[in-house]
Amino acid sequence: MSLLTTLARLEAVHQDRAQPLATVRHRHLSDRPMVVVPLAAAGEDGAPLAAMLGTDRDAPRLHVVPQPLDRDQRFAFLAALAGDLLPYLEGYGEETEQVEGTEKDPETGERLPVVRELCADAPQLVVPNSAGVHHLGLLGRSTRFRRTADDADAGPYPVPSRVPLLGRWLTHLRERAEVPGSSMLLAMTALLGRHWATGQSHLEDQHLGALLAWIAPPPGLGGAEAARYAESARDGRGQLHCPPAGPATDPRFDEKLLGPAVARHDAARAALRAAPPGEAARAEAHVRRTADEVRGLLEQVLRPTWDQVWRGLDLLRALPPGARVAERWEGDRWSYTGHRERLAAGEPPQPRFDDAVTAARKLAQREREQARLDLQEALDDPLAMAEHRLSGEAFAGTVEAVEAAYDTSGRTPKPRPLVTVRTGDRPHADPGREVHRVWGPPGEDGAAPAAQKAEVVRHDPAEGTVVLRLTSGMGRRREPEPGTVPQPGDRVCFTLFELSVRQAAPLPDPQNTPWTHGGPPGSASAVPGPRPGGPHTGGPHTGGPAAAAAADEEWE
Amino acid sequence: MNPADPTASPGAAADRVTAEILAAVLSGTERGVVVDSPPGAGKSTLVVRAARELVAAGERLMIVAQTNSQVDDLVDRLATAAPDLPVGRLHSSDGRPAPEALRHAGVTASPRIGDLAEQQVVVSTAAKWQWVKDVDPWRHAIVDEAYQMRSDALLAVARLFERALFVGDPGQLDPFTVVGTDQWAGLSWDPSRSAVTALLDHNPGIRPHNLPVSWRLPYSAAGLVSRAFYPFTPFRSGTGEGDRRLTVGAAGDGGPVDAVIDEAAESGWGLLELPARHTVRTDPEAVHVVARTVRRLLDRGLAAVSEKGTAPVTADRIAVGTAHRDQAAAVRAALTGLGVPVDGSPGPAVTVDTANRLQGREYDVTVVLHPLSGRPDATAFHLETGRLCVLASRHRHACIVVARAGIAELLDEHPSTEPVQLGVSVKFPDGWEANHAVLAHLAEHRVGLR
Amino acid sequence: MNDSHPGYASHGSAEPPAQRLAGLRGPAPQRSLDARALAALAANPGCRRRALLDAAGVDKTVLAERLGSPAPFGRSPFAIARGNVFEARVKADGYAELLLLLQRHLGLPEPDADGVAVPDLLPRAGTAVRAERTRQALAEAAARPGRWTLLDHPMLRLDVAGSPAHLEPDAVVVRPDGRWTVVEIKSFPILDGSADPAKVGAAARQAAVYVLALREAAAELAGVKPGDGPYDEPEGPAAAPDPTVLLVCPRDFSNRPTAAVVDVRRELAVTRRQLRRMTRIDRILDALPADAGFDLSTADDGTPARTDGQLADAVAAVPAAYAPDCLSTCELGFHCRREARCADAVGQLGRSVRGELGSLRTVGGALAAAAGGVPGRGARDGGGPAHDGGPADGGAGGPADAVDEAAARLARAAALRAEALAEGGLRP
Repeated sequence: MSLLTTLARLEAVHQDRAQPLATVRHRHLSDRPMVVVPLAAAGEDGAPLAAMLGTDRDAPRLHVVPQPLDRDQRFAFLAALAGDLLPYLEGYGEETEQVEGTEKDPETGERLPVVRELCADAPQLVVPNSAGVHHLGLLGRSTRFRRTADDADAGPYPVPSRVPLLGRWLTHLRERAEVPGSSMLLAMTALLGRHWATGQSHLEDQHLGALLAWIAPPPGLGGAEAARYAESARDGRGQLHCPPAGPATDPRFDEKLLGPAVARHDAARAALRAAPPGEAARAEAHVRRTADEVRGLLEQVLRPTWDQVWRGLDLLRALPPGARVAERWEGDRWSYTGHRERLAAGEPPQPRFDDAVTAARKLAQREREQARLDLQEALDDPLAMAEHRLSGEAFAGTVEAVEAAYDTSGRTPKPRPLVTVRTGDRPHADPGREVHRVWGPPGEDGAAPAAQKAEVVRHDPAEGTVVLRLTSGMGRRREPEPGTVPQPGDRVCFTLFELSVRQAAPLPDPQNTPWTHGGPPGSASAVPGPRPGGPHTGGPHTGGPAAAAAADEEWE
Repeated sequence: MNPADPTASPGAAADRVTAEILAAVLSGTERGVVVDSPPGAGKSTLVVRAARELVAAGERLMIVAQTNSQVDDLVDRLATAAPDLPVGRLHSSDGRPAPEALRHAGVTASPRIGDLAEQQVVVSTAAKWQWVKDVDPWRHAIVDEAYQMRSDALLAVARLFERALFVGDPGQLDPFTVVGTDQWAGLSWDPSRSAVTALLDHNPGIRPHNLPVSWRLPYSAAGLVSRAFYPFTPFRSGTGEGDRRLTVGAAGDGGPVDAVIDEAAESGWGLLELPARHTVRTDPEAVHVVARTVRRLLDRGLAAVSEKGTAPVTADRIAVGTAHRDQAAAVRAALTGLGVPVDGSPGPAVTVDTANRLQGREYDVTVVLHPLSGRPDATAFHLETGRLCVLASRHRHACIVVARAGIAELLDEHPSTEPVQLGVSVKFPDGWEANHAVLAHLAEHRVGLR
Repeated sequence: MNDSHPGYASHGSAEPPAQRLAGLRGPAPQRSLDARALAALAANPGCRRRALLDAAGVDKTVLAERLGSPAPFGRSPFAIARGNVFEARVKADGYAELLLLLQRHLGLPEPDADGVAVPDLLPRAGTAVRAERTRQALAEAAARPGRWTLLDHPMLRLDVAGSPAHLEPDAVVVRPDGRWTVVEIKSFPILDGSADPAKVGAAARQAAVYVLALREAAAELAGVKPGDGPYDEPEGPAAAPDPTVLLVCPRDFSNRPTAAVVDVRRELAVTRRQLRRMTRIDRILDALPADAGFDLSTADDGTPARTDGQLADAVAAVPAAYAPDCLSTCELGFHCRREARCADAVGQLGRSVRGELGSLRTVGGALAAAAGGVPGRGARDGGGPAHDGGPADGGAGGPADAVDEAAARLARAAALRAEALAEGGLRP
């Protein structure tokens, strides 16, 4: 944790209320986010129990699995979930814009203009916490390989055709959530944690109710007390006032309420199976009643979290968006557009494992996006820039003096003015070090000023001055273009890091995977799947056609 | 074969391993040859020798190193050892190679690979090699500091060569990333692991060679470093007990700083221990003690007596190692305040840097600010074995560690809640054990401050 | 899978500390060192409060309730049912699935015509009897090379900080090659060859304790002393316990078992040194007031042996090393958090926070330092740095400088924060 964050947390303890960690909102928020609050069956990773979802806070939709071990009920749940989610996910594919770009001709190497289609907007799922993100990933993994009745070899348990499609979308969203700064699948605890510091630890912040209690405590309560209430207060029946945000349920809820209700449902179903024809209608009604009872219980424990997620969205919407948030959202739109195109092209579901090249590509993308995110947050938010100033990677101050100077080494003299900046910051600005000027928000004409570099000439920490020689961004003439050189009294900020993100180096095509990494996927020399653990062999072997292998696995 | 066979002379043992390595490079059946080299075991010498032998055999060769300073250093060594060898230094368009690399007549530098087609050896960083295209693959490559190279970087450059010699120190710092990579944990091609582990997993026929002798570390250090950091691949020092000495010109002033210098000159190790206290990273007291120790090292006129003869220990033969950059900056400021040069451009200067940047470097005497000194808690970063290994193995004669008391207790209270990924082999040694081994040894050379 | 039904041990050893510990606990049965206690030890080895209560075998769940901060732990009946069904499936048909997994993952031959010996380990007997029976069974198995022996829920003994602890692994297999392998059966899945690293880590640490206990048993059988170095591997018959354990889990989304071998050498070294260097319980006992006690029992008329206030005093007499991680590993986590908050300790925000603050230990102190170093908060430019690195004049910096350094850093951070908030249009 950085010292600035620590300080904010200390202040939060002192004030008994969360403190801001950002002056702007650093993530895109959709006008119509899809909030999903999933619950999982205890003791069984990835087994769904319920989900409350929707884009209207006043009209959540609820899907439940009254008997979590029942395969048919599970598929019915997933089909219903797909029925709710897929129209939302696919709906953003309808409106597109044309974007001009260039593409290299593989034959000639020439850059040719191309026009590509980009979806005008993209879906956004918001779940309560990162465990919810993980759970959606598991749902994606467990469904995307399922065979449907439409498949030639449907297998013994075909599922509705929308189910594997949902799995592929969830898998894509889960993957995208790993990309720093992306906003297609967001965890509310992470969102709030980025923007506020509470007076508790990061670990305790994973409890959405407690986190919100610090940020917006109910009237008359302090953050610490409100958080403690959210964590542990129980009613007369021993049930939490603020049930956990899932996907796991409170064990005491399972024991006292859910367990007995599921047992009654089981008994009703057994009774129905045993019922003589004349009694069937009544037995069926009883099954429905018991299912409704389970449903009612789950609705009760889901509703508080549902409201919390929307409350979190309200709080975040009150923050103005960072200037570069839209640019990052465009990355999400490209990602969405690309996935939609792959589905349309009939590509197979995402494999269980990335091959060597795909993994390396994804890592490179994530590192690039992390760098971009750090950079853009610093440019958008003085509090984020303050982190760099504190660590000596940036400095801000007031221009004290400007002295015209020129580089006369070439044929024509070039402007190289000397700028003296007074600053209380202590940058690691050794003489000769290159620094980069941070411009304020673009002016009214919207045109961003040219990038400007400078070189440190002198740095006197005791005096609090840095003398810089501007080396670029002043136009091509002998005298600098107006407005490009700061004037005495101007407020300036420079960073020791570059203000653009370097491109990642090219990687081979997967079919050209080199011998050092096992050769092309599927080749004889490729080592399949995870390495055998430790000194013994016999780890799981995968590698082969994933879909076929996975289709055999069954829930029991 | 036991590489640490104590019956053979160090030179003979090292020569035998080197001969095996060169034979494997020139005519082995595996496309890859891996050499594990403990600190100062002649890794660079091996690289230069392998390069010369390959060229002598009529081969063209590319060399991959990880940082620009490593590349410049290698070019300098190659050109010094073989002045008539045409060496190409491929560099990025906005980078300038160091003057040491360019001072040789046989060295040509360019940002374009096309300009270097005539050079029999071309050296560059992995990052630059990744962008090279439209060339015929080299038959041979040497990858230096291969344990610091990431698997994804190897994936990107492996198309450029048919066979390769990978040389590196498995005990130093692992490559890392700041983004999530859990989904690839356990996969043999996990892009965030080291290049060597990926290579070995995919080519089970490759058996790493171990260089058995450290020529840098003195007798007093090789045993400890081998035991603490290389428990399963032991090595020994090339010099014997008492072969390396430090003589001290001026007598001590009776203070603890001089006492620890005397102790280190005598035994090769010194621990200058400050009273226990929780401090911020840039503990001013400890930083000041580090600076004063360096000042006194210079003032007292030390001389290094070794198999190379006797030479004064000048500022450029001394390094200060820290865990964090702000600590290095604080030490530099304190040294400047004491009139000790820390900027190498005008003349000899003391090197002050973090463990990451000291990797692969060598000095007569090092002064180390212990990574755990004054900390209220130990983190995985501070416990990382490679960090301590780098700091404790840069010296030819002596190492002085400055630390606050209480590190042993801190280690005892350190939680062990590391996650375990299935299929990922355990990395040894454990940071805790390595730290304790070093601490226990240092305790025998302790001088208390107040 | 025994974490849901901890075993109980009879108190018995006649050593004085053990007696003292039994006295502290009162008539309640001694809690064994179950999975949660082991996890709490790993997560906070330096906590004396935890060390003492675990050594005395006090039921911390009940204690936490009496202190007014009940522990939030519990297992869902669904999870327990699923776990039991899974374990039963692994062991069904004479351990058929388990034996197959052992053969496949450890490269072992099929049992011969003699089959697998499954000795009766007297599961309903007392802990001491069960431990002795396990020891016998291991000795018998070792005397019959070439045969499979499967010990289902054996009872092992291990000395922890001077007091004996009892451990119950899911299974230990004596293989035909003479090695002993610990088997841990867990209900989290292995999905596509990988599993939740936090859960595998916990299982590995748990298994390492079992291997350690087995090594002591093997050394005792062989009549040798266990080695002391971190990487020492025993030799001869004492080397029988294998530091590679078999983790058996449901596969993917099914209830079918699969397995993975886990090398626990590192956890073994960690556990061994933690146990070896753990503050001796007798020293903690010596620091305890004479009248302190943790007797949670109540008389027949409902009168508690000790009032809640007395219990709170006794707990307060043993120093804790609270960190937020305790909330997920120790039953007393919520109690100790309340205590840390009352003390205004910076540690309530996490371990890493302390590293930033040096010797500043309270929230109030840190904030005072942050406010103190800045004359006229916000008016920074031109003010010059409040403090510079350290003394450069030759006078050694004293402890006061170290505090000043932390304070100066905080003050700088506070000034930057105020400036940035103002610039961003928020109140400073």
